[in-house]
Parts: sequence; C-alpha cells; structure tokens
Amino acid sequence: MRYVLRRLGFFILTLWAALTFNFLLPRLMPGNPALAMLGKFHGNLTPQSLNALEILFGVNTHKSLPTQYVDYLHQIVTGNFGTSLDFYPASVDSVIGGAIWWTLGLVGITTVLAFVLGTGLGIVAAWRRGGRLDSVLPPVFVIASAVPYFWVGMVLVLVFGINLHWLPYVDGYYVATDTPSLSPQFIGDVLSHAILPALSLLITTIGTWILTMRNTMITTLAEDYVRMARAKGLPGWRVMLDYAARNAILPNLTGFAMSLGFVVSGAILIEYVFNYPGVGFMLLQAVQGEDYPLMQALFLLITVAVLVAILIADLATALLDPRTRAAS
Amino acid sequence: MALQATIETRRLPTSQALARIGRAVRSNRKATAGTALLAIFILVSLFPGVIAHDNPTLDAYAPHLGLSSAHLLGTTAYGQDIWAQLAWGTRNVMIIAFTAGLATTAIAVLVGIAAAYLGGLWDASLNVLTDVLLVIPLFPLLIVIAGYAHGGGTLVLIVVITATSWSYTARQLRSQALTLRGRDFLEAARVRGERKLYIIVVEVIPTMTSLIVASFLTNALYAVLFASSLQFIGLGDPNTVSWGTMLYWAQNNAALQTGQPLWALAPGACIAALGAAFALLNYAFDEIGNPALRPVRVRPLKRGKPRA
Repeated sequence: MRYVLRRLGFFILTLWAALTFNFLLPRLMPGNPALAMLGKFHGNLTPQSLNALEILFGVNTHKSLPTQYVDYLHQIVTGNFGTSLDFYPASVDSVIGGAIWWTLGLVGITTVLAFVLGTGLGIVAAWRRGGRLDSVLPPVFVIASAVPYFWVGMVLVLVFGINLHWLPYVDGYYVATDTPSLSPQFIGDVLSHAILPALSLLITTIGTWILTMRNTMITTLAEDYVRMARAKGLPGWRVMLDYAARNAILPNLTGFAMSLGFVVSGAILIEYVFNYPGVGFMLLQAVQGEDYPLMQALFLLITVAVLVAILIADLATALLDPRTRAAS
Repeated sequence: MALQATIETRRLPTSQALARIGRAVRSNRKATAGTALLAIFILVSLFPGVIAHDNPTLDAYAPHLGLSSAHLLGTTAYGQDIWAQLAWGTRNVMIIAFTAGLATTAIAVLVGIAAAYLGGLWDASLNVLTDVLLVIPLFPLLIVIAGYAHGGGTLVLIVVITATSWSYTARQLRSQALTLRGRDFLEAARVRGERKLYIIVVEVIPTMTSLIVASFLTNALYAVLFASSLQFIGLGDPNTVSWGTMLYWAQNNAALQTGQPLWALAPGACIAALGAAFALLNYAFDEIGNPALRPVRVRPLKRGKPRA
C-alpha cells in the first residue's frame, strides 16, 4: 500500500512539474515568442479567445507571475486550452479530438503487434541458444536500433510506394476521392494506407522486445527450477513457456505497459514522413505554423499519456511481482 | 558468478582500466567493427576535403545530375554535389555527437555521484529532479523547446539536448556509486583525511570508468539521432551543412518522388552507420561487463529435447 501511495505521489509531482514547465517556457524565452504569434492573429480573434490565450502565454498582462500562474492552472484544470490558430476558429480540444484516433489506431495496434512478435522471437532465440535465429537476430538489431526510424519509412516509401506502386504512402486515406464513412471501400483504403507506416514502426521497435526477452530468458534458463522441470521429463515447449518464459516475461510486461504511454508520441516522425493525419504530424504542423496553443496542449497530452502509463506499469509490477510488495 | 564478483570488487586505476578496454576492443568482434567505423567517421570529419573536392554549399552544377565519376552521388535540386555535402556534413554531426555526448555524461556523472556520495537532502532533491526528467517524453520536449527557440543553430541544439537527456545516465551512475559506498578503499581514504572532492574525483570516478564510457557512447548515439531528427523537421539551422539538414532539403524538394532518392537515402545511411558504430561499441562493453551475454562459441549439447 505504501508503495502504491508513493507512486501516486510521484505521478502528481511529475504532472505538476510538466504543467509548470509549460507555464514557464514561453515566459522565459527571450522576447516571449507568443507575443509575435498573437500579433499576427490579433484582428481575427474574438475577445474571449484572445483573453484565454493571454492567460495561457502571459501576454498583455500586468499581473504578477504568481497570479498569472494561478490563472493558468485554473484554465488548464477546467480544460480550456484556447483556440487553435492554424485551424481557427476550432478549439484546440476539438482539433486534437479529430487527430487522436488516427494515432491510437496506427501506433496502438503496431505496438501490440511488436510486443507479441518480439517477445515470441526472444523466447525462441534464448531457448535455441546459439542456433540460427539466435546468431542472426542480435547483430541485426544492434544495427536496427541505431537507424533513424523515419529513414526506414523513407526507404519503404521508395521501394513499395514509388518503385513498385504496391501501396499508397501519403495521408491516412485517399483525401481527394474518399469520403470518410463506414463503407468497406473506405475502411480498406484506411488499412492500405496504414501498412507502410505500421511496417516502419514494427521494424524499428521490435528489436528491443526481442533483446530484452532473450537476455532475461537466458538468465532464467540457468535457474534450478528449469533444470528440475527438464529432469522431470516435461515436454520442451512446456519447460520453455510455463517455467522459463513465464518467469522471464516481467521486464517485457512492464516495458509494454510503459510503451502504451508512448503510443501518442511514439510515431511523430513516421507520421511526418507519411503525412499521416495523427497527433505527431499535428504537433509538427503546430510548431511550424507557430500555433503555440495547439503545441502546448499536445505536449501536455503526450506527457499525461506517458505518466499514466508509467503509473499503470508500476501498479502492474506491484501486482505481478511479490518481491516489490515485500520490499516496500 | 564468484569470478565476476572478484572482478567487480577489485579496484582498477584509470590507466589499468584503459589498458583493459584496449585489450577487450581487440578481442571482441563487435568492438573492433565499432572502433573501425568510428575511426573512419572521425577522419572524414577532420579532413573532408581529402575525399570531396567540391564546395558543399555552392550551387555550381546542373541540378538533378545522376551518378558519375565527377559527382559520385549526383547533384541536388539546387545543383550542389551530394557527395561533398555528405563528407562536409560529417563535421557538424561529429561535433554534436562528441560535445553533447560528453556534456551529457559530465552532468550525469556530477549529479549521479554527488547524489550517491553526499546523501541526505542532496540525494533526495537530486533524485526527484532526475526522476521527473526521466519520465517526461524527451523528443516532444525537444520539439517544443526548439519550436519556441525558432530553430537556432548547432549550439542551441547541443544545449537543449544536453539539458534534457542526462537523467538516465545519472540514475545508472548513482546506483553504481551507491554500491561503492562503505567499501574499504573509500573508508581508507576518509581515514587518511582526504577531502570529499578528492575522494570523488580520484577514488570513485576511476572505479566507474567502464560504465561512464558506455554511457558516453549511448549519449552520443542519442545526440546524433535527436539532432538529426530535429534538423530533419526544420528545427535546426537549415543553412548548416549536416546530414539532418540534407534530409530536410531532400524532403522539402520531394527527392524520393522526383528520382533523386540518394539525396535522402545517403545521409540517412550515414546516420545509421555512425549510430551503429556507437551501438556496437556499447553492446561490446555490455558483453565484456556481463559474460553471460557473450555469444556461445562452442555449440552446446541439445538442450531442447529432454533425454529419456
């Protein structure tokens, strides 16, 4: 219980730190950058949205910094992130609401796939220590971990999109000809547009799962209870899955819970390369268009997602691993 | 296990540790490959003119040229020589890798060891700072800061990357330093009446050389990846010659779609190769430090089938 409370306390502390950082950053930058941004849009804004933005960025105010801080926190807590300037007059919340589903679908499904496939390959690689899979995989993924993942996307675009014409590689669907609906044709188009970005993500993320699982599994295989299971004459697959893998999977499971938090932000550059209409692409658009309200809100969303996932991972570890409970 | 323990508890002065690293590099295949790759990139960054005679920023040639002996990788849409850009761009990347890598590691050493060694309130407050920075997603954070800073040159990139990415190493070094607390040789130094700073610099840090070197490799790798990614999305200074800015211009001119794939692929491949050099060295260090992970040399008896 004390462990759970400590993790909860830490969650609140980091959340506060992120909010405060978000508050201070535009105010600390030389010549508050938000000032120029608001100047550009001044004529188009209604007085209310102007007011909201002034509170968020500390522009045109004579209030002291602490008062500004209280106003800012109040506005964030009530969920008012202001008006997007690129998508004016849409509110930031509604703009994000339109993009988040693309990201959750693409990156969420790919993350689960990478975890399942990677863990499976890691188990087999460790079980057949020194076999073909085990000698090929680690060096391949040493190199894969160093490749910029957007570059893998570019290679796939070149090969399968441009040279072979197999798959589409721009946008989330055929923007010019499709109308979003639940028709089989539209769903098919969405799926075919997701294959290449998903593949780039899979290639670059699966290595970590394989290596972590393999390395823990190797340690576990040396344990006495595994030798005991073998001595009992149990079939090989039972020893591998029920005795070794089951005990070795904990680091990968916690890693999985944490990677769920990075679903929102994990594919920023992939979305950029493929013009995929998700949250990451939107963040870059917001940065390039100096749409600071949208940028701020997206950064908070990404941070909160990660913090929640870490909290869940901590709680899951406490639930699954009796040693953590005993330690606290 | 017992052998490993004795290796860890034996205290190694820096020169001895470095000699051990040298021996290990020669005997480990991953380490040899990594060192060779890294050496090539360092040489190119020091003397790019030797292999590329063209000025990388001069729009001197016809645009969209293909491969030829005059232009090994063709020319860009602006008529610049791609090979020259690649060679001269190495310098910017290496500056970022080594400056940001070293600075990040230095801050981490300072914070991690200070936290472990000073203990008490220092430890608690440095710990909270490390933990908070550890969980805030780094790349979005970098994007936001660089966005407010309106891009900015190489120096801004280095400062921002260094300021945000030291936490992981600091955490690792702190745990390692904690295990050293109360060891006899530190106790002896205290009894001799040495000052705290002396103990930290002369006694504690040399003992941790291999972990510090490994951390530097990781930090340099991430500095390269982060900086190139930021340059790629236009948050660096687009006028510097660097692999990331090459990718930026290639993407902006739709190089893949207009039949100039090398403009985009070549710098990406270089980033991957440099990153692989750092990663190979790092994995080699892991294997040297943890013998259990070393590749199996002799094929073991079949373990999968239980013998009846």
